[in-house]
Amino acid sequence: MEGSGEQPGPQPQHPGNHRIRDGDFVVLKREDVFKAVQVQRRKKVTFEKQWFYLDNVIGHGYGTTFEVTSGGSLQPKKKREEPTAETKEAGTDNRNIVDDGKSQKLTQDDIKALKDKGIKGEEIVQQLIENSTTFRDKTEFAQDKYIKKKKKKYEAIITVVKPSTRILSIMYYAREPGKINHMRYDTLAQMLTLGNIRAGNKMIVMETCAGLVLGAMMERMGGFGSIIQLYPGGGPVRAATACFGFPKSFLNGLYEFPLNKVDSLLHGTFSAEMLSSEPKDSALVEESNGTLEEKQASEQENEDSMAEAPESNHPEDQETMETIFQDPEHKGPKERGSKKDYIQEKQRRQEEQRKRHLEAAALLSERNADGLIVASRFHPTPLLLSLLDFVAPSRPFVVYCQYKEPLLECYTKLRERGGIINLRLSETWLRNYQVLPDRSHPKLLMSGGGGYLLSGFTVAMDNLKADTRLKSNASTLESQETEEPAAKKRKCPESDS
Amino acid sequence: MSFVAYEELIKEGDTAILSLGHGAMVAVRVQRGAQTQTRHGVLRHSVDLIGRPFGSKILYSTDIALVTMMLELRPGSVVCESGTGSGSVSHAIIRTIAPTGHLHTVEFHQQRAEKAREEFQEHRVGRWVTVRTQDVCRSGFGVSHVADAVFLDIPSPWEAVGHAWDALKVEGGRFCSFSPCIEQVQRTCQALAACGFSELSTLEVLPQVYNVRTVSLPPPDLGAGTDGPASPDTGPFRSGTPMKEAVGHTGYLTFATKTPG
Repeated sequence: MEGSGEQPGPQPQHPGNHRIRDGDFVVLKREDVFKAVQVQRRKKVTFEKQWFYLDNVIGHGYGTTFEVTSGGSLQPKKKREEPTAETKEAGTDNRNIVDDGKSQKLTQDDIKALKDKGIKGEEIVQQLIENSTTFRDKTEFAQDKYIKKKKKKYEAIITVVKPSTRILSIMYYAREPGKINHMRYDTLAQMLTLGNIRAGNKMIVMETCAGLVLGAMMERMGGFGSIIQLYPGGGPVRAATACFGFPKSFLNGLYEFPLNKVDSLLHGTFSAEMLSSEPKDSALVEESNGTLEEKQASEQENEDSMAEAPESNHPEDQETMETIFQDPEHKGPKERGSKKDYIQEKQRRQEEQRKRHLEAAALLSERNADGLIVASRFHPTPLLLSLLDFVAPSRPFVVYCQYKEPLLECYTKLRERGGIINLRLSETWLRNYQVLPDRSHPKLLMSGGGGYLLSGFTVAMDNLKADTRLKSNASTLESQETEEPAAKKRKCPESDS
Repeated sequence: MSFVAYEELIKEGDTAILSLGHGAMVAVRVQRGAQTQTRHGVLRHSVDLIGRPFGSKILYSTDIALVTMMLELRPGSVVCESGTGSGSVSHAIIRTIAPTGHLHTVEFHQQRAEKAREEFQEHRVGRWVTVRTQDVCRSGFGVSHVADAVFLDIPSPWEAVGHAWDALKVEGGRFCSFSPCIEQVQRTCQALAACGFSELSTLEVLPQVYNVRTVSLPPPDLGAGTDGPASPDTGPFRSGTPMKEAVGHTGYLTFATKTPG
């Protein structure tokens, strides 16, 4: 056994962060359904038609499964060993099984009585099996399927998992795809790799995906480097970003800057005065063209909502989003003292934000970003044509669009602009599989509904004048074969060898 | 390159046939430093071809991107990988876990392991990776209870599942195995379930790249007059046409989660 390299294994960054703590952002999982919540004592949570308190999860490790018991309490459930394949009585096919709706002897009332008695889910499933006249005649496969279906209905098993890009992007795509412009999670995965998102970069992002793309970038950067988020309207929406539960330190490298000041910044007409009068006390985060953004407060009322915002009855939802990383002890605006204190606090925040905007402006003006990510509901062409000016040469950019056509136009305009190479318009399809003995087959093919990506690299504009080759190929994607394929030669066994 | 004897590993100067799926093939003259663009992504000869055995399937950037996200890799992650192979996945992992993470990679083939060590040094990423020459199915990854994620690209991944469980942290972690054939996937899933892994999921990601072209279709002659103005209905339009008609298969990606029981 040989090893090479330096000391293997770094010190753990957050020792013991595998245990759930009060105030943590977690994701509840049941089968393939997810919901993001913040752990708060004595706070009622609804999920999958059940309500319960999360108090009992505190102290357990992430990945622990719980069962909902009467009174809304969660009890940890040990991972049950799969029952060994005892020779179960089973039939060979379904020719004698008649679906007359009468094969289950337990009535709805019987089942309800069992539930009310507090009988556990797996016991109910057992009862259903014993009271089914046709169970014995089903094939083994059909029995498995039956058991699985009943378990799904009667066993309320919930797993508490740690949030991650994987979990949250799957959750959003399944529950609220409209909020993320139908960006499927494999597409997001491509963006992060094509954009070379990693620790130490200085990234520019413009997204209207509830902050999911921003969160994904922050996760990949691990708190190293900086991100400047350009936002439309009154402020960036970061509902999804909050769900990641990043530590406060990650905020140090996160900046935001209003999109509608980009033009002035590019033309050198930007000044600090332009920032002073942003209206901050609206309850809604409004678009400059008047359409509504999502309201943080309203999500609390909606029990089916996928991500529950932390307690805040205050109209200043903007502040809720900014202070998402506050520690659990901080209760929120309503517990502040007098109104005077509140106004002072508000002014302090506004001044802080103004300072941040100026810092962002300075960073942007350096025009040396390591990459650009765009994923919004706006037409991508004007965004790219402007924002690329902030990016250093020889750096990647990735644009996401729900539709292909705007990217076709964008591609053409970028070719005309010049200063871009390796333009690539792509899409990924995702197929999942059922893998079971003698029963393996594909399940779903997801194609066309996950969005499209246009990616490329910047080059120094100066080089362009000398190298006209870069501009000439208006329509082909570059083939970089350095040799002609030698089609005649084949590596194959010679018959006389 | 010899026509007389079979050679196992691709060398510079060889002609390799890349099978891109559905009968589509490209013959490529292998040359150090060269690149070939395929619909699956960019193939770098030095890294992806030279030193690899003929007949192996290659992981392209599309697959690697999905694996990176599904394994939840980030700065600070500790990852175990086998086989090292060309090192293309290793390099991608290192880029993601730096500066605070570490990669433990196991390569059974002595020459390739040595080659990998050299390349990591050349690329100045040696401090983030440890290469071990051993059989992962027999001897595991050489570390225990340290990994956040395990990645397998070997012919018999089911034989390494137990070692993967052992390499992963006690509090849990993520697992991924890449296999070209469904039979391998079936065996791996059985082993995963038996070992106590949960959240089993097998996926395949297929990339499609589009050419952007401006197309003009000629208007038909319906006999309605020769010099009529060109109808706006038949003007040129922009189209994104698929680069190749058929998208090939690289391999199945099987994911799972270890959670403490």
